Amino acid sequence: MNAQSGFAGPPKVKERLVVIGNGMAGCRAVEEILERDPGRYAVTIFGAEPRVNYNRIMLSPVLAGEKTFDEIVINGQDWYDDNGITLVGGDPVAGIDRKTRTIVSASGRVEPYDKLLIATGSDPFIIPIPGNDLPGVVTFRDLDDVDKMLAAAETGGDAVVIGGGLLGLEAAHGLSLRGMKVTVVHLMPTLMERQLDEAAGWLLRQELESRGQTILTGANTGVIHAVEGRVAGIELEDGTRVKADIVVMAAGIKPSTTLARQAGLDCERGIMVDDHMVTSDPDILAVGECVQHRGLCYGLVAPLWDMCRALADHLTDAPSGYEGSVTSTKLKVSGIDLFSAGDFSGGDECEDIVMRDAARGVYKRLVLKDDRIIGAVLYGDTADGNWYFDLLRKEEDVSDIREGLIFGQAFASGGALADPNAAVAALSDDAEICGCNGVSKGKVVQCITKGAHSLDAVRSTCKASASCGSCTGLVESLLSLTLGGEVETGPSTMCKCTSFTHDDVRRLIVEKGLREIPEVMQELHWTTPDGCSSCRPALNYYLLCAWPGQYVDDQKSRFVNERMHANIQKDGTYSVVPRMWGGLTNPRELRAIADVVEKYDAPMVKVTGGQRLDIFGIKKEDLPAVWADLNAAGMVSGHAYGKALRTVKTCVGSEWCRFGTQDSTGLGVKIEHMTWGSWMPHKFKIAVSGCPRNCAEATIKDFGIVCVDSGYELHIGGNGGIKVRATDFLCKVETEAQAMEHCAAFIQLYREDAHYLERTAPWLERKGLDWIKAQLFDDPETIGRLAARFRFSQQFSQDDPWAQRAAGDRKDLHSHLAQVRPLSMENA
Amino acid sequence: MMAAVGTWLDIGPTTQIEAGTARTLPVEGGEEIAVFHTMRGEFYALVNKCPHKAGPLSQGIVHGDTVSCPLHNWRISLRTGEAQGEDKGCTPTIPLKLDGGRIFLLREAVIAPAHAAAKSATTPARAA
Ligand code: SRM
Ligand SMILES: Cc1cc2nc3c(=O)[nH]c(=O)nc-3n(C[C@H](O)[C@H](O)[C@H](O)COP(=O)(O)OP(=O)(O)OC[C@H]3O[C@@H](n4cnc5c(N)ncnc54)[C@H](O)[C@@H]3O)c2cc1C
Ligand code: SF4
Ligand code: FES
Repeated sequence: MNAQSGFAGPPKVKERLVVIGNGMAGCRAVEEILERDPGRYAVTIFGAEPRVNYNRIMLSPVLAGEKTFDEIVINGQDWYDDNGITLVGGDPVAGIDRKTRTIVSASGRVEPYDKLLIATGSDPFIIPIPGNDLPGVVTFRDLDDVDKMLAAAETGGDAVVIGGGLLGLEAAHGLSLRGMKVTVVHLMPTLMERQLDEAAGWLLRQELESRGQTILTGANTGVIHAVEGRVAGIELEDGTRVKADIVVMAAGIKPSTTLARQAGLDCERGIMVDDHMVTSDPDILAVGECVQHRGLCYGLVAPLWDMCRALADHLTDAPSGYEGSVTSTKLKVSGIDLFSAGDFSGGDECEDIVMRDAARGVYKRLVLKDDRIIGAVLYGDTADGNWYFDLLRKEEDVSDIREGLIFGQAFASGGALADPNAAVAALSDDAEICGCNGVSKGKVVQCITKGAHSLDAVRSTCKASASCGSCTGLVESLLSLTLGGEVETGPSTMCKCTSFTHDDVRRLIVEKGLREIPEVMQELHWTTPDGCSSCRPALNYYLLCAWPGQYVDDQKSRFVNERMHANIQKDGTYSVVPRMWGGLTNPRELRAIADVVEKYDAPMVKVTGGQRLDIFGIKKEDLPAVWADLNAAGMVSGHAYGKALRTVKTCVGSEWCRFGTQDSTGLGVKIEHMTWGSWMPHKFKIAVSGCPRNCAEATIKDFGIVCVDSGYELHIGGNGGIKVRATDFLCKVETEAQAMEHCAAFIQLYREDAHYLERTAPWLERKGLDWIKAQLFDDPETIGRLAARFRFSQQFSQDDPWAQRAAGDRKDLHSHLAQVRPLSMENA
Repeated sequence: MMAAVGTWLDIGPTTQIEAGTARTLPVEGGEEIAVFHTMRGEFYALVNKCPHKAGPLSQGIVHGDTVSCPLHNWRISLRTGEAQGEDKGCTPTIPLKLDGGRIFLLREAVIAPAHAAAKSATTPARAA
């Protein structure tokens, strides 16, 4: 039916194919058609850009100076000439008239078509903020944009890139190689959050920061400022200002659908097409980023190759059909290996296999479901990316190679080697097991046969796995190979996410200078991507304790009470306990409490066992207002909710009591002022009694003081509660100042040593009273040093958390998203 | 293809919920809904009630695609609403989709519990 057939028939009138868009999809589609049936169509391509067809994804290397424009051209002018294609460059199509089957260009050129192909790609998303149209605000889509950036970079200066996705990071990389000081402003907490999980995002961020870029996450740009009509900087919604000579908007793309919409074609997010890339008008087709196929719009090139095949098959009467694409992503920033594919959000039926090699900066995570890979994130070593992607796309059953899968193709396909134990058994005696300490397999085995029958024993004898821990799995394999079933399990690990104990984690945080939760998880080989509800709060505390003033508390790793600064009740409301220093109060405070109870309809107010008042039944929305009222009367948070200093109970003391020997009330108040706000491994209670009658119950407190005529007896490690434990006597001191110094030192020792959720009583029993005494008293300077460290960290924690919330901090924690009224919706 | 539009309820931009946290959506006359944003960037909606003793799941710690209930630490799957491990129970989930940076909930599912609640509230009244 056309000129393809072998005999010379009458010359055929070619059908007219008009292509809108001289980009990657448009030209690829034409190539595919020419390959199938070169004589069939007379092709005219309209391009908004005044140049030939080039590889858009390579604009990043052009910006970075790694490639020139000539090197990224796909089809030069000769291709158009040789194939009789008319290229109308620099003249965008302005309208489609479906009745007359013509298009009109911006310059007024009218072109009739038999088939029309829309391949207009995407438009950069311009965030709707003041100043977004200033000179100096650029996007990153075509060569003109690159030229603008290069012109700006010539004079150096500051660049702000809005958007920490693939595009934004490639722009940032290019600009920083061109000598600009770059700040990336990203709305989400993790870079490239759509492609990377938190762990990989964190590694990427570390790497970019070490290259001198400033990365601001969770940052919402509010306005772009100008000086003399040109970009001068941006201001975030939280008021932070960043200087900028150029602002690159890389906050996303949206399918370019304007022409199609005006022509009345069906569009949602993109131009709607069927499996043959045909729009709602049978003579109009569309491919590339501008389309929406089976509900999806794509932003990568791989899908468009498949789309173009289906389109060409259809236009040459051999319809095949496109069924959608699974995509994978790589970041084109030299020196950073990063790969992501499929769905890595995990799920019930999904299993994670995680491998972390801190020494090499490698993180690999595979997500398996029904024995098939459904997602992969690789950072630092992407050599097996294609292999995993292949298994993923083919939905191959990996149960046979599962054990060795994470180690890559070479390892997993090694037959017997797929069993890690067998793989380790196959290693030669001088194969290195522990890279950090240079320990060979022979040495580890030797130390096991000599009696080191547990991981910890191996660590302490030959040092294998004692540093970064990445060889822990290997050492464990050697233990079970050498001993059979007799491996002794050491102290239990922190939780199922790690093979390290609490002590290991605390020690390594300090030794290795680990400063953020994702960093700890990476360096210590966490086997889950973002931990669990046991380890997250523990890590948050350990970091807070290790890096006072530097570590930024991670609210989402805190239990509800500490996040909401109030105690949750069985009905989901909260109780509020303001501090009453040493159990003292006054009319002003009592009046304020009474007013709050009435104003917020609190169903109950109660005197607690901790000598203060507890207001019950407050809704989360009302908490900030309640706190504002209490603050106004001078009251601050009582931390009745926290693994923190709770109360300092006092008795009447020498001021009034006929038996009192010292001012126990006054001392209690002073101690509470010194210790309030401090975060601890568990709750911590103090009491000061004025004489050995001990009315404040000081001998069942974490730290108790019993005043006597000659001074102060100090007691430690007591608690009431589930298992009552009376305190141990620590020592006696003569002055108030000494009592306070000892109190601070003891607290700090506990803070720095105990496991999270271990109260002083079990801690003391685990370590022994002698150990604690030795820590405190062997070196006469220790008490002073510990107390100084405590006071230092208190500088940063004695900031009333209620006041911050009452002033509007973290409103999102207290307010609803919206309200739904079903009845009014019914009528909507 | 536009048919789905009327049945999805726009509850605002995804940026309103910090990753690793949840926020709430009270439904007049019905069950409060908790909308979760996981650390991996996924969004889920569930009735804000633990199957154990109705703890407000929105206030729990979110890890992976699970939330640990703030009251007694049951772990609830955000995908299915099922309690994990030894614990047995299930919280209703609400179909959710994202489009153009906004969160949509299936309207029927949002108001279904509301209708149910309204019914059970009115039945005894009618019977009396
Ligand atoms: C309010 C109060 C009861 C009261 O009305 O008196 C109270 C209430 C709770 N106590 Fe207590 N304890 C209160 C004084 C005590 C005391 C008495 C004291 O401090 O002198 C004890 C025994 C002394 C001790 O701690 O050594 C006490 C031993 C416990 C225990 C067991 C601790 C242990 O080590 O065995 C728990 C459970 C826990 O912390 O894990 C607990 C836990 C709780 C929790 C936080 C349960 C929870 O997790 O929700 C209760 C919160 C209720 C609420 O919403 O406010 N509460 N609790 C007291 C608040 C004191 C304050 O002003 O801050
Ligand atoms: C800097 C950068 C880096 C990238 N890196 C990668 C990567 O590493 N991997 C990857 O898979 N993808 C990457 N992409 C995405 C990839 O480039 C796109 O998916 C691909 O170019 C889409 O092809 P397209 O033909 O649909 O759109 P385009 O290539 O944008 O082509 C559309 C063309 O249509 C023209 N046009 C628009 N409207 C009209 C009109 N009215 N009249 C005439 N012409 C019009 C436009 O000027 C444009 O030339 C990157 C993109 C950019 C910008
Ligand atoms: S004794 Fe038990 S019931 Fe009473 S407040 Fe303490 S934890 Fe709650
Ligand atoms: S109410 Fe959720 S665990 Fe008890």
